[in-house]
Formats: sequence, C-alpha cells, structure tokens
Amino acid sequence: MDITRFISTHKKSLLVAFLVLLLIFLTTFPLYGGVYHVRVLIAVLTFVILAASWAMFSGSTGYMSLAPAAFFGLGIYTMCVLEKELPFLIIIVIGGLVAFAFALLVGLVTLRLKGMYFAIFTFGLVVFMSELINYLEVALTGTHGWHITPLGNTTIFYTMLILAVVTVLAIYFIRRSRLGLAMNSIGGNEDAAEHMGINTTRVKVLTFAISSMFMGAAGVITAPILIYVNSSIAFSTYYSFMPILMAVFGGMAYLYGPIIGAVVFAYLERIVRNEFPDYFMIGFGIILVVVILFLPNGLVGLVPELRGKLGGVIAKLRKGGQAEPHANT
Amino acid sequence: MIDRVLQLIITGILAGGIYGLLAMGLSLQYGVCRVLNITHGEFVMLAGVLTYTISTSLGINPLVAAAITGPLMFVLGFLLHITLFRGLKTRTPSPAVFEGSALLVAFGVMYVILYLGKIGWGGLPMPIYYLNKTLHFAGMTFFLNQIIAFAIAVAIGVGIYVFLSRSRLGRAIRATAEDPATAGLMGVNVNLILAFSFGLGAFLAGIAGPLSAMISPPKTSMGFSNTVIALIVVVLGGLGSVPGSFIAGIIIGIVSFLVIGLWEPVLTVPVYYAILMILLLVRPAGLLGKK
Repeated sequence: MDITRFISTHKKSLLVAFLVLLLIFLTTFPLYGGVYHVRVLIAVLTFVILAASWAMFSGSTGYMSLAPAAFFGLGIYTMCVLEKELPFLIIIVIGGLVAFAFALLVGLVTLRLKGMYFAIFTFGLVVFMSELINYLEVALTGTHGWHITPLGNTTIFYTMLILAVVTVLAIYFIRRSRLGLAMNSIGGNEDAAEHMGINTTRVKVLTFAISSMFMGAAGVITAPILIYVNSSIAFSTYYSFMPILMAVFGGMAYLYGPIIGAVVFAYLERIVRNEFPDYFMIGFGIILVVVILFLPNGLVGLVPELRGKLGGVIAKLRKGGQAEPHANT
Repeated sequence: MIDRVLQLIITGILAGGIYGLLAMGLSLQYGVCRVLNITHGEFVMLAGVLTYTISTSLGINPLVAAAITGPLMFVLGFLLHITLFRGLKTRTPSPAVFEGSALLVAFGVMYVILYLGKIGWGGLPMPIYYLNKTLHFAGMTFFLNQIIAFAIAVAIGVGIYVFLSRSRLGRAIRATAEDPATAGLMGVNVNLILAFSFGLGAFLAGIAGPLSAMISPPKTSMGFSNTVIALIVVVLGGLGSVPGSFIAGIIIGIVSFLVIGLWEPVLTVPVYYAILMILLLVRPAGLLGKK
C-alpha cells in the first residue's frame, strides 16, 4: 500500500541501486552472454552513444543536425589510418578530437547563422565526406578501402561500455551546467537568450563539437568490427537516420529518452532488418513521422503526462465521498 | 581547349535549367510553408521512375509522361501537407519549433518514399533514351533532349514566376509567405494556400523528374543527390527567392559540368560544399536574397 510513498521518499537511493545493478549486469555480461548477444549489446551501446550525443545538441538547442554519420565515419577512418601506428586507446581519443575539430569548423561556418542553414549544410555532409575521402584515398594511397585487424568481442565490448558510460555521464553534467542551461534557453527562444547575455554562437559551436566528439570516438571503436572499410561503408546515411529516430522516439529533450530509444530500436533493428530488408526502413520512417506528430516529447515525455492523468484518477478514488460535499459548499 | 570549356559551360547551362526548376519548388515550399522539404529529391526520383514505367509500358513519350507525373506529384504534395504539416503547425508552440519538427517529419517521409521506390523499382538505372539525337553547332555537340528539357524548364520557370507575381492566387501565396496571420484576416484561406504551395513545389519536382529521366537514366538512388543540389542552389539563390533559385540553378549547372569535364566527377559534391561554405561565410542571404 505504501509502495508509492516508499518510491517517492527513496527515489535517489533506488535510482542508484538500479544503476549499480545495471552496471554489474553489463560488466559481467560477456561471461555468460553468447557471442551473438555480446555483438547485439555492442550495437546497443554504439547507438546509445550516437543517439544521446545527437539529442544533447539537437534536442536542446533545436538545431537539427542531419549528419551524425559524418562524425561517426570520421572516427572509423581515423582508426583505419592510425591502426598500425598507435595503441587503440590513444586512437579513440584522437578520433574524438578529429571529429571535435571538424565539427568546430562546420559549426563556425553554419551556426553563427540562424535558421535552416545548419540543417541544409549537414544534410549532404555524409555524401560530401564520403566522396572527398574517396578521392583523397585514391589520390594518396592509390587504393580503395582498408582492412582492419579484428579485435576480440570482449575488448570492443568493454571499451564501448566505458565510452558509453563516459558519454552519458558527461551529458548528464553538461545538461546541469551553465552550458546546458544556455542550450535550453537557445532552444526556447534564441533572441531572448542572446539578450540575457549568452554568447549563443559560442555555446552552439562548442556543444555541437562536444556531441560530435563522442560520435567520432564511437566510430573508432566500431571500425574493428567492420574488418573491411571503404568510404561508402564508413559514411552510411543509415547511421544518421537511426540515432535521430531513436532519440526522437525516446524523447530528445530528456537524458534517458535517447537511451531508451536506442535500446528498443537497436534490438528491433537486429530482428527486423534480416527478416524484412527494405520494408523495415519504411516502417521506421513512418514511426519517426508518427512520433513527431503525436508524441512530440517521445516515450519518456509520456510519463509525466500519464502520471498527471493517473494521479488525478487516484486522488479522485481516494477522496471519493469527501470530494462531493465539498463541491456543494 | 576553349571549345571544350565552352561546350561544358553550355551543357552546364542546359542542365542548370532542371536544377533551377528543382530549387524553385524547394524555395516555394520553404518560403511559404516554412517546411525545408528534404523529401524533394525523392519526389524527383518517384517522377523519374514513374516516367520510365509509363513510357515503357504504355509507349507514351517522356514529355507526355510529365503531364501525368506533374499533377500526380502535386496531389501527393498537397495531401502530404494536409495530413502531416497542417496538424503539426497547430500543435507546435512556436514557428522555430515547427521548422525543426517539420524537418524531422520530412526526414522520415524521405526514407519512406526512398524505400518504397527501392521495393517497387529495384536499384538499377532504367534507360529511356528519348530524343537522343546529336546536334552539331560551331564545333560543339549537343543532345536534342538537353535542349528541349532546358526549354521546357525555362518556360515552366517563367510561367510560375508570372503566375506568382501577376495572378490573384499568386498574390495570395505571396501574402501568406510574408505574413500568414494578416493574409488570413484579409480573407485568404491560409491552410488551402499552404497546401497548394506545397503541392506546387512537388509539381515542379514532378516535372523535373521526367526531364532529367530523358537525359540520364532514372534510378531509385537519385533522390539524395537531387536534394543536395536543390538545397545548395536554394541557398545560393537566397532562401525563399524564386527567381534567385533559377539563376543559381544555372550557375551550379555550369560549375558541375566544369568539375566533371575538367577535373574529377567524384569531386562535384565537395565543390558544391566549397561554394556553400564560402557563400555562408561571405553572403549567407544568397545572390538575390533580401538583406
């Protein structure tokens, strides 16, 4: 009976307990989960990073980036080029920094402008990167594509897990910081934000670059799974579409939204993609449209709404007879 | 060498007509409806592959097919606006939020149309080859279909411009673009005008599809690059400026053929991006944009 009260008073400790259990489950997973499930979980973690970092920038500022894949692919290519030169962990950092620098450049060109220029610029960015790198690759090395020495599943799993945890924690703290508040106020009303003394351009460019940094680092870790990489494999618009779908579905204004969306769709993708090639993309596209139209705050946004409605119903039931005489007085 | 460059420039101008038509549609949809319609290229693709089906199965020539695909795409665009964007407009709190959400809706619709096309038509190019005669003029070679496609594109472009600037309906469209609330008070049926403008944009994609299908074989993956071209042309011409789009289309046509002919075909998109980048740094309002 007092479950609801127990939950509300011990909210924080329960959350911590849940997170610890989740972390224990994830860290021990390779011990008992099969190879297939470890692979699936790697995909889930990758999409968690992509979706959460996409939502961190686009969800809060309202500037829609259509090119997570461009930064993800940049990470994959960093791994290709540096694989034989440097240790894996250092390449991850470098991959993140390369994506950060490139996003900084893109941001400086487009984000000082208001409106749709940023979206326009990012729309073709994946194709731009793919064709430019294709050209440079042939011009510099004379060959197409790269072979990468595969790494063990467990290694990839743990590095991806660490990156995912770091990403989510970083986003958590950024959202609570001045930077996070500044991003939200830009999303609410950019002119007002500017009048409040926020350097909107700096905030936008910086947060866009930070979000791209995580995508680049995730790309580095993904590369060894692919074994063979060329410019059209690394820069696939599929990796732009899926994170956006996941973040929107889960609720891009929240921290947990994109994570939940990523978990749901990364599993769904595994099952559906093999069974119905091509058809699944139609379904996913329709889901994206329907969610934006009817569930603008996503799945997580549904919770406060339902709680409000349910709370009203429960309160009515509890008060029951008492409420009626009050109405008369 | 000079002959070759001249040939490339003129071929580029001819191709630019279709780019201009494409960008005009996009410009209209963004300028009036505030929807950055990244589905635009997929409409071109749909019109292109439909042209193939119509012209091979019914034996109708691609130019007549344009008379079918154009109105068909108009209806599709009209319905798309009524079903998706009209509702979205009433549900979003501010115009900025509407623009962002509408962009994501278009992003979803883009994949739906793309994969419907893939399922229906596969992934191979579908050659039509209509009016494939060569013409020789002052040492240069042109294809008849390029010239005819350009002529039709220009005629329709001018027609739309005159329609927007002179007709009653065109004035209502411009009024709605400028200030929907006041236009509504003046007795303009704003919702109808918005849907009509969106349909008109799709109609232009429906004409551009058969015209480009006549010159190069349509395939289901052609949509994305068409959208990229249209977006860049629109920025170059000034977001929302209709004549600007047409001029910018011709400029981009020339640039693309110079890059393909003299340098490296793979580099067309990187060169577009270089132009876009310089443009955004120097004059983000575009060539003919206001301010």
